[in-house]
Amino acid sequence: MTALDDPAWRLFEQRFGALRRARQTETLLTFAAIVLLFVAAAVWTDFLPDKVADGVPRIGEYFGKLFTIEPTRGAEPVGVLSLSHLFGGVKQPQSVAYWFYRIDVYVALLWQTIQMAILATALGFAAAFAVSFPATRSLVGSGAAVFVTRRCLELMRTVPQVVLAFILVWPFGIGPLAGILAIAIHTTGTLGKLFCELNENAERGPVDGIRATGGSWLAQMRLGVVPQVMPGFLSYALLRFEINVRSSTIIGFVGAGGIGQELKRVIGFNIYEEVSAIVILILLIVVAIDLASEQIRRRFIGAMA
Amino acid sequence: MSAVDIAAERARHPEVFRHRLWLPQVLLAAVFLYLAYLLWVFDFVRVFTDLPRMWVIVRLMLDWSHFAEWDHAELWQSMLETVAMAYLGSMLAVLFAVPLGFLGARNIIPARVFHFVTRRLFDGLRGLDQLIWALVFVRAMGLGPIAGILAIAVAETGVLAKLFAEAVEAIDRRQVEGITSTGAGFIGRLRYGVLPQVLPVMISQTLYSIESNSREATILGLVGAGGIGLRLSERIQINAWDQVAYVIVLILVSVAIIDTTSRYLRLRLIGGTNN
Repeated sequence: MTALDDPAWRLFEQRFGALRRARQTETLLTFAAIVLLFVAAAVWTDFLPDKVADGVPRIGEYFGKLFTIEPTRGAEPVGVLSLSHLFGGVKQPQSVAYWFYRIDVYVALLWQTIQMAILATALGFAAAFAVSFPATRSLVGSGAAVFVTRRCLELMRTVPQVVLAFILVWPFGIGPLAGILAIAIHTTGTLGKLFCELNENAERGPVDGIRATGGSWLAQMRLGVVPQVMPGFLSYALLRFEINVRSSTIIGFVGAGGIGQELKRVIGFNIYEEVSAIVILILLIVVAIDLASEQIRRRFIGAMA
Repeated sequence: MSAVDIAAERARHPEVFRHRLWLPQVLLAAVFLYLAYLLWVFDFVRVFTDLPRMWVIVRLMLDWSHFAEWDHAELWQSMLETVAMAYLGSMLAVLFAVPLGFLGARNIIPARVFHFVTRRLFDGLRGLDQLIWALVFVRAMGLGPIAGILAIAVAETGVLAKLFAEAVEAIDRRQVEGITSTGAGFIGRLRYGVLPQVLPVMISQTLYSIESNSREATILGLVGAGGIGLRLSERIQINAWDQVAYVIVLILVSVAIIDTTSRYLRLRLIGGTNN
């Protein structure tokens, strides 16, 4: 008798086949559901191939405008894509220097954008720091305080910050203040939650020790918890700062200050060379901040931990 | 412990009692001075002087007495449109990111220059915020959800391709070697050696991206790229604060529902092995 005739083997084959078929149908059904949802969503949002195809050439138009000049007004545009042209100096239309002819304004705005991010991160850090101790269950007796602060933090981080900025522009006027407040509120919400988790994981030993010597609740927090969690706090704050720099570049779209406000304006007016200049600057600044904060994290936080 | 004992301890361990370096204190003071300067530059007092105007808005937001007169159908349809935008954008991004992720992984394509170029491409797509992409696409495609969907797709492709590439780089090589030893070709190695290892990560990241994009998509309408943000910005501009509050509640509830659904799906699809 060979193995294949063994009834146990046949039973195994049968069961294995059934299991396999069941899994295959499940995969197929999941896949069908995904595709069906995709089609339904596309129909609902009018995302149809012909509509999309209509717009695609106009994406190229932007790059076309960027790398062509009209010799005289209204004449046929001429392509100027060459290195010597690209670095041809301020007088040369569509050279890099020409794009950046308002570089002084942009640098001032970029500096403002970064300062907005710095102040918003600092304010958010301070608020989150203060709130994180009463919001940590292992550190306070009352569950009500924890519940209320936690829900507040949740609300602060779930309302989109651009929406928040748009609303705050009404009472606080157009300008960076509304943007700073919006980012600071969001930062409080996100950092507050992260800080709570760090507090929860802090060791009880030092806290108990300080309580044993008669230290007040504040002293327990200041001397028992803060030294343990501070490196983590700072590391999270630096990460948040990176994110906030990005946010402050776009928060100006609703009139809340920074380079975003200028970008919205030049896109609205179709000033193509300025659009490219600002977009390049934003990309550069985001990458630079990413790299810098990675270095800082590695140097300082690594040394502290 | 008497004073004499303390003095003795001090003499025995001078390094413990030595005064700390003054540099950190000076730096800290400088940081605080700088922050104070920033508060002054940005006219922070206005937060307190303009606070009464904020309270007026908050009071108006809480007055829902005209609830029945609001255009609920329009708001709910826009909310649904936002979710659809997020789903379409994320799925398109997945479609692009899966092949790009494999191409960008060092252990699949071992060419250094190629790896550098693809990674910088992902960085470029990610570096610009979705809202900036949305502005650009609104110029090209006109107002409406199409611009928003493309903005989400482009920005998210950068994010997902990077994550997928990292997942592919982190796989266990032995499984691939096993498949190679059976004589499988390039595609076979990818399908049976790599894909089973990275699929859970990909599914989980895809769900997460749908989740986070439905949050992001709510604001794309503020620059004209469709969805609930457009309704929100209309209502902010006409100072209909009660409806603004309602739309925000609508957004929060929808996002919470999507979060819960995606958590459930993640547990079901990848068996709750991680996160």
